[in-house]
Amino acid sequence: MTDLVLPRYRTDETANVPLLYPDYKSTRSRSPGKPLVLLPHQLTEVTGPLFGEDRVRPGDSDLTGAPGGEAIGQRIIVHGRVLDSDGRAVPDALLEVWQANAGGRYLHANGEWPTPLDPNFTGLGRAVTDSLGRYRFVTIKPGAYPWGNHHNAWRPAHIHFSLFGRAFTQRLVTQMYFPDDPLFAYDPIWNSIPDERARQRLVSRFDLAATEPNWALAFEFDIVLRGSDATPFEAEVDDE
Amino acid sequence: MRPSRQQTPSQTVGPYLHIALPWADGAYAVPAGTPGAIWLRGRLTDGNGDPVPDGLVETWQADPDGRFDHPDDPRGAVPAANGFRGFGRCPTGPDGEYAILTLKPGAVSGQAPHVDISVFARGLLDRVVTRLYFADEAEANAADPVLRNLPTDADRATLVAERTEDGYRLDIRLQGDHETVFFAL
Repeated sequence: MTDLVLPRYRTDETANVPLLYPDYKSTRSRSPGKPLVLLPHQLTEVTGPLFGEDRVRPGDSDLTGAPGGEAIGQRIIVHGRVLDSDGRAVPDALLEVWQANAGGRYLHANGEWPTPLDPNFTGLGRAVTDSLGRYRFVTIKPGAYPWGNHHNAWRPAHIHFSLFGRAFTQRLVTQMYFPDDPLFAYDPIWNSIPDERARQRLVSRFDLAATEPNWALAFEFDIVLRGSDATPFEAEVDDE
Repeated sequence: MRPSRQQTPSQTVGPYLHIALPWADGAYAVPAGTPGAIWLRGRLTDGNGDPVPDGLVETWQADPDGRFDHPDDPRGAVPAANGFRGFGRCPTGPDGEYAILTLKPGAVSGQAPHVDISVFARGLLDRVVTRLYFADEAEANAADPVLRNLPTDADRATLVAERTEDGYRLDIRLQGDHETVFFAL
């Protein structure tokens, strides 16, 4: 018997989202019907894949450039920090982002609606945080787009973010929105988050200081992953 | 003192995840041709029993010695050997099928050999997390604290992958009959 000292990852209940949210129709047949079973954090949960520069090529953080020319739309800088809930920076962490083009069209077989594709925009970006947890993308502002959830349903403009953090417990896929979007009130995905303040954490902040004159507007979006207790606890586990 | 921050909530991966998340080498937690490699396969289905063709399955696991290449393994990080990555990622196909090539993990500190699984899809506002255990580890499974904590044998059975010709098979049922046990982390 050996006691392993493991970090313990905290839960922030304000950030919880329900798996069943009937206004978002697809949740009706895809959300588990039985209650989730609590899984105590052991080694598999407090570790995780550590991806960084090995998954990123030069230029991956600039979505606006293609061999054929520049993407059409409002050029923007999206930047921020990846932190944990203790305020600690998460360095060397991979971010994967994807988004619609300026007209609200995804480069995807299921994304078809009467608005054009942009041959110079794939909508895929990757970046790695620096030693202070900072990241930065250059892209174009995505457009809103219609979807089939209900009559005249439109998604607010957003950018998808996927992060691993440093542990299986920290894995996060989310969406970043833009300030003052008139579609928030009508979007069941946005409104599925019960806590209004938690919803606001998904809204980027217009950042005049980070804009580049005569070139690009800027938005700041910090992403906060689960933090771990600063004082590790003694776990009673058998070592085979 | 650092100011504490509140967590960023999850949002669904949506139907367009294929733009960014599948990797050419994603399904390979070990390189193709690795001696002893096994395929973990299965079908992701919804509450109607229909395949989920637009999901993403990710796996995370120990190496065959039950160790992790990670600084928070208090026994010390073990650098990955033979290209073993511990992580696999596979979008589901039109038939809802996923497949990950990996090595069978060793027992991990009093737990039976297992693989942690995250499932992402349109209609899942957050990932759902489950575990894969191995049918040919009956003795270790019987002693596993996570399996023992489940209320019924039927619940346990949803996590145990059956041996196949080239590895193991575990279907993941999001809702309804034989619904997979999912965990809160």
